[in-house]
Amino acid sequence: MTSTVAEPIVVARGIHKHFGHLHVLKGVDLEVVERELVFVIGPSGSGKSTLLRCLNRLEEPNSGSITVAGIDMLSPRTDINHARQHIGMVFQSFNLYPHMTALGNVTLALRKVVGKSRAEADKLAHAALERVGLADRAGHRPAELSGGQQQRVAIARAIALEPRVMLFDEPTSALDPELVGSVLAVMRSLRESGMTMIVVSHEMGFARAAADRVVFMDNGLIVEQGPPAQIFEQPAHERTRAFIGQIRQH
Amino acid sequence: MEEIVQSFFNAEIARAAMPIVLAGLLNTVLLSLLVVPLGVIGGLILALLAQVKSPAVRWPLMGWVDFFRAFPPLVLLILLFAGLPFAGLELGGFACVAIAFFLNTGAYYGEILRAGIESIPRGQVEAARSTGLSGMQTMTWVVLPQAVRNVLPDLLSNTLEVVKLTSLGSVVAVPELLFQARQAQSVTYNPTPIVMAAVIYFLILWPVVRLLSRLENRALAGRG
Repeated sequence: MTSTVAEPIVVARGIHKHFGHLHVLKGVDLEVVERELVFVIGPSGSGKSTLLRCLNRLEEPNSGSITVAGIDMLSPRTDINHARQHIGMVFQSFNLYPHMTALGNVTLALRKVVGKSRAEADKLAHAALERVGLADRAGHRPAELSGGQQQRVAIARAIALEPRVMLFDEPTSALDPELVGSVLAVMRSLRESGMTMIVVSHEMGFARAAADRVVFMDNGLIVEQGPPAQIFEQPAHERTRAFIGQIRQH
Repeated sequence: MEEIVQSFFNAEIARAAMPIVLAGLLNTVLLSLLVVPLGVIGGLILALLAQVKSPAVRWPLMGWVDFFRAFPPLVLLILLFAGLPFAGLELGGFACVAIAFFLNTGAYYGEILRAGIESIPRGQVEAARSTGLSGMQTMTWVVLPQAVRNVLPDLLSNTLEVVKLTSLGSVVAVPELLFQARQAQSVTYNPTPIVMAAVIYFLILWPVVRLLSRLENRALAGRG
């Protein structure tokens, strides 16, 4: 990053997470500075999604500390619902509310959490849908939209709350190949607008073009991290090399 | 033939019994308007409590639901009506029906709503919570609307049963449709009023049965 002293906006330290007997995260440290785009890659079961889900406390870490935008996420005194407004999240399976229109999906939190009036919320939601290129689909239900469009509505739902950080959990894994591009295009434009993003994904082309840093996780730990060129071309660890080789074949 | 018409379809008696029977219909409607919402509210409370994972809530709740589903509603009603006065609590028939139905049908509505809530994928809750909605807001705006839609045929079917069960009120002298018809029968020495009650039950419930069939067919088609 540049020489301006970029304060980390996400600081996770010593994160451990157990699911019963499974030790999924074994002491992970992650710092992300403002406007940074960090890619997290790794084999399935490596803990990358769990790490992401710990950051907004969809999963409760067993130990460690997490600060996002200056908020201590694990403190019992923290209003978690308020804190989550600053952290947008996009899921692999979109998770749009099927009983609401695209507009309704975007306005729900604006109205119920932020407390905007219906008119204000509609205006902000239209602007968010415009940003993902779906202004003309505001009145459609999720079932009437393609997977790519659903995922873009899900992105609009998150960015309408003006989060400080966006978390993407395999945002294109459930999409038909021809629909992936439209979602990546939206993510690229978000990146250009200066959004801080943490992305769990195997879209190597996108990582190479847009990521500031690639983090490789395996077996509950960060094995190595660095600029995409370094991780993809000259990985220091054998495990990273093996993994990169594997996903290249696809 | 003549005799059957005279006994069961006696026009003269029907005319005379009509006001009595219609007064009963009015009470049946009022009773239904009371016990259906009571049962739904009771069921909603049980279904929401069922989402609490703590064993301190879970086990008593399970015991409660099982108990009132296994307890015959007529026995429950008579027990309340005949038993409570011995505990120094004299409730009218109407109140006893309300309480019995709250306990009995609430347990049924509760199980239906619980199944509906549990049919909603976890991702819906996670998405809502990730935008800052509280657990209760998520339940109200995201989970319940979808849950109710998923179990609408079952809810409607149960409601049909509840309306039919209001005839149990006749046992504790609530002047609903069946009670009034029996009053009319006993003063006229003719079963025509009972036939009238049967016809009225059919006429008010048949549209609900039709609607139910359509919903069930639609649900089947939607699944295919």
